[in-house]
Amino acid sequence: MLALPSAPAPAPRRQVLVGTALVVAAAASLVGGMTALFLRFRSVAIDNGELWVPKDVKFSMVGANVMWITLLPLCIFAQWAVYAAKRGDRAHTGVALGLSGLMALAFINAQAFIYATTKMPVNLGTYSVMFYALTGVVLLLAIVGLGFTIAAAFRYLGGRTSDREVVSAHALYWYAFATVFTVVWFVVYVTK
Amino acid sequence: MTTIDTHATSAAPAGAGLASVADWVTTTDHKKIGRMYLGASGLSMLGAVVVAALLAFERTDATGTALPVASITQLFSVYRFGLTYMVMLPLMIGAALCVVPLQLGARSLAFPRLAATGFWAWFVGSVLAIVSIAANGGPNGGNARFVDLFTLATVLALLGLLASVVSLGTSILTTRAPGMNMRRVPWFSWSVLVMCVTVLVALPVVIGTLLYVFVAHRYPSLSDLNGNRAIGEWAGFGFSQPTTILFAIPVFGVLADTVATSTHARLKPRGAIFAAIALIGTAMYGAAVQAPVVIRAGFSSLSGNEKVSDLLPFAIVHVLPLLGAFLALALTAQGLKRKPTVNAPLVFGLFAAQLALLGVAASALGNIGDAGLAGTTFEEGTWLALVYAAVLAGMGAVAFWGPKLWGRSMPLKATLPLALLGFGGAVLASVPMMIAGFADQPGAVFPAVERGVPGAVLFDYSGPSELWNFLSLGGHLLVLLTALAFIALALRSFTKGEQVGDDPWDGQTLEWATTSPAPEHNFAAIHVVQSPEPLLDLKPSNRSDA
Repeated sequence: MLALPSAPAPAPRRQVLVGTALVVAAAASLVGGMTALFLRFRSVAIDNGELWVPKDVKFSMVGANVMWITLLPLCIFAQWAVYAAKRGDRAHTGVALGLSGLMALAFINAQAFIYATTKMPVNLGTYSVMFYALTGVVLLLAIVGLGFTIAAAFRYLGGRTSDREVVSAHALYWYAFATVFTVVWFVVYVTK
Repeated sequence: MTTIDTHATSAAPAGAGLASVADWVTTTDHKKIGRMYLGASGLSMLGAVVVAALLAFERTDATGTALPVASITQLFSVYRFGLTYMVMLPLMIGAALCVVPLQLGARSLAFPRLAATGFWAWFVGSVLAIVSIAANGGPNGGNARFVDLFTLATVLALLGLLASVVSLGTSILTTRAPGMNMRRVPWFSWSVLVMCVTVLVALPVVIGTLLYVFVAHRYPSLSDLNGNRAIGEWAGFGFSQPTTILFAIPVFGVLADTVATSTHARLKPRGAIFAAIALIGTAMYGAAVQAPVVIRAGFSSLSGNEKVSDLLPFAIVHVLPLLGAFLALALTAQGLKRKPTVNAPLVFGLFAAQLALLGVAASALGNIGDAGLAGTTFEEGTWLALVYAAVLAGMGAVAFWGPKLWGRSMPLKATLPLALLGFGGAVLASVPMMIAGFADQPGAVFPAVERGVPGAVLFDYSGPSELWNFLSLGGHLLVLLTALAFIALALRSFTKGEQVGDDPWDGQTLEWATTSPAPEHNFAAIHVVQSPEPLLDLKPSNRSDA
C-alpha cells in the first residue's frame, strides 16, 4: 500500500498578492505595448517631417500633472493602509483606504477634464486614435483600481481584519499603476 | 492503490437535465472547467481543420477558384483565428486546468471563478468572432460593423484566455503541496508555468494593438491603423511565430511526464530540462516587440554594428528558443534508453515534441533574410507544425490523464495508430508548405487582397507548388481523420470503456495518488512531498536509480 505522509492543509501562500502581481504584469505589458506602438508611429511621423500632434490640439498640462501628482499620495495612502492593517488598526486602515479611493477619483476626474477641454475628435487622425485608445486603457485601469480600493475597504472594514493580504495586493496594484502611468504621462503629455 | 477516500461530489445525478447543465455552467471544479475547454477546443478543431482542408483544396485548383472568391478571405480568417485561438492555446490551457492542481497536490485551483469566467469569456468571444467573420467581418471583411465586432470579440476571447492563465500561474506558484519546492514541480506543471508567464507578457501586447485597430476602424480617419486590413497588418504577429511558439511550450512538459512514467525511472538532469523548457520562453520578446525580428537580407555586406544589432535580438527571439526546444527534446529522449513501456501518450508526446522542434527551427530559418522566405507559405508551414504539435500533445494529454478525469482508459491498440496517423498528417500538412515557400509560393498571415482580385487570396498555383499543395491537402485530411477518430474513441472509451485503477500508468507524481476519477476536492489528505517523484519513492522496485 502506497502511503504518502500527510500534513494539515498548508496556510494560503499569498494567493491574492501573487494573482495581483500576475495581473499587474499583464497590465504593464498591455500599456507598455501600446506605448511602444505610439512611439513608433510618432517616430515615423517626425522622420517624415509631419506634425505628430495636430496643430489645433492643446492639452491642459495642469490636468495631466494633477493626474501624475495624485498618484504620489495615492501610493503613500495605500502603504499607510498596509502599515495600519498589519497593526490591526481598523480606523487608520479605513481612513487610508478612503483617501486612496479619493485620490483615484481625482485621477479619473483629471482625465475626464483633459478629454473635455481638449475637445479633439477621435477620428482626427493617427494621433487622436492612439491618444484616446492609450489614455482610455489607462483610465480603465484606474477605474479597476478604484474598484479594488472599494472592495479592499469593504472586506477589511466588514470585519475581515486578518485579511491583510488584500490590502497589500491593493498597494501593489497602485504602485504598479503609478509606474505605468508615469511612463505614459512622460510619453503622451510631456514629450508629446 | 490510493490511500485516500473519495469525496462525495456535488455534481448533479446523471440525467438531472437542467440541474446538470447549471452545475457545469456554474462549476468551480478545475477538472470540469478544463474539460469544457478540452471539449470546446476539440469541436473547434474539427471545424478549423475542415476549413484548412477546404483552403488546401483551393490551392490545388490550378485553373481557377474552387471556392466562391468572396468566401476565401473569410475562410482564411477562420483558419488562422480558429486554429490559433480556438484550438491551440485553449487545448493547452484545458489540459493544464484538468491536470496541474492534481499534480501539485492541491485541493483546488487558485481563483477557480476567474478561470471559469475566463472560459466563458473565451467561448463567447470565439463564437462572436466566427459569427462576425461569417457576416463578412474580420480581417479584410467588407462589413464595417462586423469588422469591429470581430476585433472586440477577439479581445474578449484573449482576455478570457488570460484570466485562465492568471488562475493557472497563481496555482503553480501558491498551491503546491508541502515540500514541493519549484525544483520538485512536475514536468508538465513547470512547462505550463513557463507558458503562463510568457503568455501574460505576449497576449496583452496583441490585445493593445487590437484596441488601437478597433478605435481606428470604429472612428474612421486617415490613420495608418484604419481599414479592415489593419488587423492583419498590425495584429498579425499575434497569429504567427514567435507568439505561437509560446503556446506550444507545454508540449515538452507532456513529453517529459510521459517519458518519465513510461520508463518508471527518474528523468534527469532535472535542472537542465527545466532550464531548456524555460529557454523556449525567450520567444516572448519577439511577440512583445510587435515586429519580425530578422537578420536582414545582404547580411554579409552589413557593417559590424549593423550585424550585431541584427544578431543580438535574433539570438534572443529565435536561437535561444531553438536551443531550448532542442535540449528539452534531446535530454528528455535520453530517458528512453531505459527501455520504456510503449504507450499511446508517449508516442503522441514524442511526435508532438519533434513537430514543435521543427516549428521552432523553421521559425528561425524563416526570419533569415537571405533565405528569401519572407511573404511565402513557409511561415504557414511553420505555424501549422506548431499548431499540430499542440494538437498531438493535447491528444496525448487526454489519453494519459483521461483515466484520472473519467476513471476509464483509452485502448492502446486503437489509440497508438492514431498517433502515427496524426503525426503523418501533421508532417504532410506543414512540411510541403515550407517547401512551397522555397519555391516562392506567396503566403500571408491574413490574406492580401490588394493585388487585383478583391476579396480573394492570391495563391500561386503554377510550378512546383502544385505537388506540395496536393500533399498539404492530404495532410489536413489525415489530421481531420485523426481528430474525428480520436474524439469518437475518447467519447466511447471514457463513457463505456474499461475501468482502471487509481494508478494505471505506474505513475510518479501526485495526481496518481488520488482515486480515478479524482473527487471534486482532489485529495482527502494533503500529502507531504520529499522528492520530485513522490510516488516513485514508495515503489521499492523502481528505486534502483534513486
